[in-house]
Amino acid sequence: MKTPSYGELTLNGLWKNNPAIVQLLGLCPLLAVTGSVVNALGLAAATTLVLICSNTAVSIIRNVVSDAVRLPVFVMIIASAVTCTELLMQAFAYELYLILGIFLPLITTNCVILGRADAFASKHAIGPAFYDGLSMGLGFGVVLIVLGALRELLGTGALFADMNLLFGPAAANWKWVLVADYQPFLLAILPPGAFIFTGLLIAGKNLVDRQIKRRQDALRAAPVKGAKRVRVTGTIS
Amino acid sequence: MRMLGQSITRNSALLALFALVTALLITGTYLLTRDTIAQERRQAEQRALLEVVPRERHDNSMLDDTLPLPADTPGLGLREDRQLYIARQGDKAVAVIVPVLVRDGYSGDIELIVGVNRDGSIAGVRALNHRETPGLGDKIDLRKSDWILDFNGRSLDSPPPQRWGVKKDGGVFDQFTGATITPRAVVAGVLRALLFVESHRAIVFATPADKPATGDQA
Repeated sequence: MKTPSYGELTLNGLWKNNPAIVQLLGLCPLLAVTGSVVNALGLAAATTLVLICSNTAVSIIRNVVSDAVRLPVFVMIIASAVTCTELLMQAFAYELYLILGIFLPLITTNCVILGRADAFASKHAIGPAFYDGLSMGLGFGVVLIVLGALRELLGTGALFADMNLLFGPAAANWKWVLVADYQPFLLAILPPGAFIFTGLLIAGKNLVDRQIKRRQDALRAAPVKGAKRVRVTGTIS
Repeated sequence: MRMLGQSITRNSALLALFALVTALLITGTYLLTRDTIAQERRQAEQRALLEVVPRERHDNSMLDDTLPLPADTPGLGLREDRQLYIARQGDKAVAVIVPVLVRDGYSGDIELIVGVNRDGSIAGVRALNHRETPGLGDKIDLRKSDWILDFNGRSLDSPPPQRWGVKKDGGVFDQFTGATITPRAVVAGVLRALLFVESHRAIVFATPADKPATGDQA
């Protein structure tokens, strides 16, 4: 099988085949934890770490494992990567671990991870598999963070609250209050807001894609056959 | 037939091998992080306790001076065994901190700790864990609103027990706009904790010397 270049892998993960807004995988954590930037960032980091580890491990063992048992083996690898990530987070970001709660172990069931393991890592060498994990993780993470930022901003009128949970006490004053005395806009923070904003993001991406396509089509249609010059402005005296 | 048997053996051996390797990996990580995690847990717990009874008021380690509270302790609503923490200045117990689980909140359980001074007044209340609606019920959280500080200094005499409720129910505590269920449940929970301490006064505020087991101080 042809191995895609690193550039293609980046473009795929971040835009063309983005796990969250194109493949629509892993929506459960996406919708559940994006109430604020810090939660989104925490889950994004954890998911990316798991994706990289599982993709690399799956690629290493791809020639050893027979087709019959490949799925249970992949799931074992993913589950252990998640458990280790959870333990590490508990040790080094305890409060964030408390906030993310059930969504950390649930990374195991995030279809992005098993999907990438089976569709990509099990068929490619270690380098590309590692990089695919990284770019898919980043693509997922960027969407998480954008959603988190949108919802936090509209919901609470501020951004980057509680960043000290992730970056230590120095980050306690990173909170950026945009509108003082903001009346919380509940819809944005509650689950329906997550659905609405995800929908808007998907629509936005499709809109941009259509613009690009239209421009390319226009460029392709542009060549003029048998150029004739016609005067269209001014008056002929 | 032999082919099939071989492939089954090979595949099971492979699965077993992977189970072993991943289990070893997790064990390794667990052993490496175990101490840090235990320390983090303890620190988080201690931070909450110290917010209720600050360092100046006691000189013992509250985490190590506890009384067991079994899950079925009447009035506290606990779902698992917890502990009551005692703050001492010298030998004298100056305050106790009781965990209460409020089960009738708006969404899920609310975990509170209630600090009660020796004179029966409240040293402080904190909501440790809850899933109340952001922007409405979550004002019980000190990070969102200072509503919970209104309990400081209250006791069973001020206000009298029948006025321990939200204003809507004829009590003295504020409810939140659009959220009455949460503060109502929290006020009732704090009252239950106060009543619990009051009825076990002799045991929880005892000095170690009062206990028959430590007779060597007599």
